[in-house]
Amino acid sequence: MITFVQGLRLWFAPGRVREEGETPDYRFSLANERTFLAWLRTALALIGGGFAVDQFLPDLRWGVRVGLALALLVAGVLCALRAVNHWVRCERAMRRGEDLPASRFPALLGVLVAVVALAMVVIVVFGWEG
Amino acid sequence: MRDSAAVARDPGLQPERTRLAWRRTTLACTVATALGVRAVLHDGASAADAVTCGLCLLLWLGFLAVAHRRMTLLGAARPRPLGPRAAVTAALGTTALAMCAVAMLFT
Repeated sequence: MITFVQGLRLWFAPGRVREEGETPDYRFSLANERTFLAWLRTALALIGGGFAVDQFLPDLRWGVRVGLALALLVAGVLCALRAVNHWVRCERAMRRGEDLPASRFPALLGVLVAVVALAMVVIVVFGWEG
Repeated sequence: MRDSAAVARDPGLQPERTRLAWRRTTLACTVATALGVRAVLHDGASAADAVTCGLCLLLWLGFLAVAHRRMTLLGAARPRPLGPRAAVTAALGTTALAMCAVAMLFT
C-alpha cells in the first residue's frame, strides 16, 4: 500500500521519473510501454464486458445483472489503475538498475475473472431469470 | 551499399510494434465506446443516458488524441520513452469510461 502511494505521487510529477538514474535503452522503455498498453486493453475488454452484460442479458434478475456488470467494471478500473502504476514502477526500476517489481495482481485478476465466469456458467445452467 | 537510414533503424522494429500496440488499444477503446453508445440507442434513452453517451464519445476522442500524439512521436528513429502524463491520461480515461458504464447501470 505504501509503495502504491509513493507510485501515485510519481503519476502526477511527470518530470520526476526522468530525473532518476540513467535513461535505459529505448527498446526497454518501448517494451514496458507495450506491456502497459496490453494491460490497458485488458481493462478496456473488461469494461466492454460490463457494458455487454448490462445490454445483452436483459432477462436476468436486476440484482444478478448489475452484480456481474459491476464485478467486470471494477476489475476493469483496477486493471487500468494498476497498468499505469506498474508502468511507473518498472520505468523507475529500469532507470535505477533495480529488479523489476513483483506483483500479485495477475493472480488476483485471474481468480476474479474465474469467479465471474463460474457465476455465468451457473446462471446459464440453472437459468436464473427474473 | 546499404541505406544509412535503414542501418539506423532497430532491426527488431520496436517502434512499429509499439505503434501497432497503440492502434490495437484504440480499437479496444472504440469497441467499448460503441457498446456504451448502443445502450442509449436501444433503451428509449433518458436525458441522463444521452449525457453519459456524450461523455463516452468525448472520452473516446480524448483517447484517440493521446494515441495519435504518441504514434506520431514513435515515427522517430530513436523515440523518446512514453511520458507519464500520456500514460496517466490514458489510464484515467479508461477509468472514466468505466464510471460512465456504472452510471448507465443505475439510470
